[in-house]
Amino acid sequence: MKLIYEKSQAGRRASALPRYENLPSPPELPEELRRSEPPRLAEVPEFELVRHFTELSTRNFGVDTGFYPLGSCTMKYNPRINERLAALPGFARLHPLQDEDGAQGALELMWRLQEILAEVTGLHAVSLQPAAGSQGELTGLLLVRAYFAARGEAEQRRTVVIPDTAHGTNPASVTMAGYELTPVRTDARGNIDVDDLRGKVDEHTAALMLTNPSTVGLFDENIEEIERIFHGVGALMYYDGANLNAVCGISRPGDMGFDIVHINLHKTFSQPHGGGGPGGGPVAVRESLEPFLPVPAVVQQDEGRFGLEYDRPQTIGKVRGFTGPFGVFVRSYAFLRMWGPRLREMSEVAVLNANYVLARLKEAYDLPFDRLCMHEFVLSARTLKREHGCTALDVAKRLMDYSFHPPTIYFPLIVPEALMIEPTETEAKETLDAFCDAMLAIVREAGEEPELLKEAPHHRPVKRLDEVRAAKRPVVKYGFEEHPDAKGEPKVAAAEAPKGV
Amino acid sequence: MAAAESYPDDLKYHEEHDWARVEGEEAVLGITWFAGDALGELVHFEPLEVGSSVTRGQSYGEVESVKAVSDVVAPLSGEVLEVNQAVVDAPETVNEDPYGTGWLIRIRLSDPNEPGALLDADAYRQLLADQ
Amino acid sequence: MTQQHPFLALTDSDREEMLGAIGVGTVDELFRDLPEAVRLGRELRLEPPLSEQEVYAHVAALAERNADASRELSFLGAGIYDHYVPAVVDTILQRGELLTAYTPYQPEMSQGVLQAIFEYQTAICELTGMDVSNASGYDGTSVAADACYVAKHATGRSKVVVTEATNPQVRQVVRTYAAGFGLEIVEVPHRNGTTDPDELERAAVDAAAVIFQQPNFFGCLEPAPDLVARATEAGALPVAHVDLLSLGVLEAPGRYGAALALGEGQAAGNFPSFGGPHYGVLAAREEFIRRMPGRIVGETVDTARERGYVLTLQTREQHIRREKATSNITTNQTLLALGGLVYLTWLGPQGLRELGETCLSLAAYAKQRLAEQAGLECVFAGQTTFKEFAVRVGRNAREVVAAARERGVHPGYALGRDYEGMDDVLLVAITERRTPDEIDRLADVLAEVAG
Repeated sequence: MKLIYEKSQAGRRASALPRYENLPSPPELPEELRRSEPPRLAEVPEFELVRHFTELSTRNFGVDTGFYPLGSCTMKYNPRINERLAALPGFARLHPLQDEDGAQGALELMWRLQEILAEVTGLHAVSLQPAAGSQGELTGLLLVRAYFAARGEAEQRRTVVIPDTAHGTNPASVTMAGYELTPVRTDARGNIDVDDLRGKVDEHTAALMLTNPSTVGLFDENIEEIERIFHGVGALMYYDGANLNAVCGISRPGDMGFDIVHINLHKTFSQPHGGGGPGGGPVAVRESLEPFLPVPAVVQQDEGRFGLEYDRPQTIGKVRGFTGPFGVFVRSYAFLRMWGPRLREMSEVAVLNANYVLARLKEAYDLPFDRLCMHEFVLSARTLKREHGCTALDVAKRLMDYSFHPPTIYFPLIVPEALMIEPTETEAKETLDAFCDAMLAIVREAGEEPELLKEAPHHRPVKRLDEVRAAKRPVVKYGFEEHPDAKGEPKVAAAEAPKGV
Repeated sequence: MAAAESYPDDLKYHEEHDWARVEGEEAVLGITWFAGDALGELVHFEPLEVGSSVTRGQSYGEVESVKAVSDVVAPLSGEVLEVNQAVVDAPETVNEDPYGTGWLIRIRLSDPNEPGALLDADAYRQLLADQ
Repeated sequence: MTQQHPFLALTDSDREEMLGAIGVGTVDELFRDLPEAVRLGRELRLEPPLSEQEVYAHVAALAERNADASRELSFLGAGIYDHYVPAVVDTILQRGELLTAYTPYQPEMSQGVLQAIFEYQTAICELTGMDVSNASGYDGTSVAADACYVAKHATGRSKVVVTEATNPQVRQVVRTYAAGFGLEIVEVPHRNGTTDPDELERAAVDAAAVIFQQPNFFGCLEPAPDLVARATEAGALPVAHVDLLSLGVLEAPGRYGAALALGEGQAAGNFPSFGGPHYGVLAAREEFIRRMPGRIVGETVDTARERGYVLTLQTREQHIRREKATSNITTNQTLLALGGLVYLTWLGPQGLRELGETCLSLAAYAKQRLAEQAGLECVFAGQTTFKEFAVRVGRNAREVVAAARERGVHPGYALGRDYEGMDDVLLVAITERRTPDEIDRLADVLAEVAG
């Protein structure tokens, strides 16, 4: 498919701007500040623009297209009412610096969302400011820093403990927050290895970062002991909310002993993922950490009046502009109001769906931890690889031919040939059965005709793509110079360019 | 084309899957076939500067495939005399010829006794078999 | 028996069958690994579930209580702007295949988003004159912190200089991140609305980066090429924080030597939306490609040698490099950046230039009209401005805002919160959506309420 720049013709345009008469001519810009060459944006009429992006959309797969069991990503249905609400002019055209009395509806919505998230997490105070889960993590760790600095323990507390199953964001956030990483092993049942942990937690420990249920989809059975170990040395406990969809209304991070939680509004609470974002990463904390939360805080004043509070002397500051990604809050708030206390049922069905798929697949694939799972589980394609040379990647690509989005693969790192499957509460039993049938058929195909897997996908807009080539000599923008005649078919030039070795 | 598995007898090995060819007061360093195979086709080698020093057992650079990145550990200590530009330009050379054109750096040894502590080819093969 | 929830599909008999296949009798048994002490053991204290119609009524009533730009004539800017967003943006962002997809980890399922990001990266590189753009950062503040991290590692230095005329929120976010990065932040004051290159040069000694905004927070044009040259002279990476919509008339930062260019993308294709979600722009010269945070899409071919797109250089990222990653960012702002691409394509090069000229002309008209009013005075009178300018209103600007709003006009942002000695100064933003008649109305209202 052509790029929009290859459809461009000088002189065409999609926009007509207002022309105001009798204005003064614009001020003369100093020559060194004036644009010297126009940017080569595409020049297309409006209908070409719509057709181009519509065609692109047909080459993409979303939850609206079909089943998307991407582990740790919680690809649930995104209700359409959320979109209608976020687009209301009262929200979409509201300026973030509007005076508080002109933004009462927006402030009330945020305050109400904070209250709901505090109840769901079992914690005291919430900041909606972080833009995504990873920014929530960094915010949480900066809260840890500020907390220990206020207690005079900034120099003493140097390490953050993270299990080897953790998402890569956790260790990256630890470094960005200026801490040292202390990894801890996973035991044979898929819990944190408590013996390994005991030797690693002491007065130098600042915090634990834990996803519970973990990335292998298991609830840590020793959570009470873990809590004693950390709080026993005065360290804090951070809950990565990536897997909150398993436990809403069933078990709250605050009740598990966690002091800081980030919530992924784009996972658990239905903000559409948008092909990579936006998200929302609110942080909920215990009372002792509230003074350090980002500013401004959204607060209820008297008589149902809501406002922004800037005067928080111990705050870590701001991690993002204004009060956070407000449009995300509208969507998640609407979603939460449509569930109310029935959130428990949402999580129960997510767990039921996952266990059903696990039950149907666990004989055909390797199962690293043979337990009931929570909202997701991890299989391994180790035997398929050994016996037929078919990898987790091959299974993933072949699933595409059955019109399913593949699961997360090669994660967590402790499971070789990992396939991490999260069906979410959204799916019907028929869909789960069709997916299981496909997964079982693929195992048979690996034995009978492994090339079907190795050459998959066969029915997507493109065949398997060469990632090595992309990384070796990166082409990260359109080469106008290499395509002087943008009208020409670009494929040959691009595809047959010499490798240059 | 990736090379076939081999561990030449004339080289010394470090347990982090690095090799050294000692030539008098100098040595040529690289990564073993096993390391290259585990990473997959290399797409990037971040070179260090000529004149800098490397320390036995410590990382002196990184090699990357599409899905992984790995520290390259120095089997011996010394001063960098030369960096293999052929690998910087075409990192897959390491997969194609790990002990020949796929070498990474040449150093002047700072301690002539160090090579004695490295594994020989048989010991390294045994280490791989035990893993 | 409660009614089936509209977002669920399992019937009672489905549940029975599934529990049977799992080998448990009840759903509760699925949670047997949870110790009793950590279970909630009661219903969540939340209001009862609402139907779609009810939630619409409730949330729409909240929206009604906001004085948005459709209800109040607004001259607020200060980083977020009321530019027109064409209908094609809404149409395309509501395509479910794009809206409800995850990050394109599986490229064969995601060519639509991948190609769109590649086209976005191209547009950003064209606008900024840079070699590489990521797929977006969170917003215009966090990308400045990202740039600090790039510069710290590229130079091995631990000080960052930011001009005082840079958006205060950008400076605040940079300071917050600096606590974790171990960076010292130094600010260079403005002199009559712009930055003095000599002062900047002195501050830039031993700095990893120098961040400045063009046009700056006051709307004034900085001597950007000179600032960049001075930073470069000191061995610091010059970082330009730019308004994408100015780049049809203002020079691309890459052309005057900036190492990184970044900015808030909102003005190009996103609604103000009370502060987000929007997209942060981050672009750099080629030498920094392996230090870039976030997703980058690259061109490649498939096994049939057809052109296609993949996420590339992922070894920079947290899921592979973990604690040594260039950033922890995973979820970004792809959908909003896609809005930016659609918008910029809608404008085209002609439209972008015309838009910049219209903003310049309207703002010049507004400056002239306000200066004519008794009690009003343009603050940095000698400076060239783009679409925003500061005006002294003779009494506390927050009171002026309140009084003007009673007359249906929000006259701009009161600068006193961010700058000492500017309690009586308003920052007025003029986009192409403000007509000359509306500007006349602003002049009349301000004349009435100014001190």
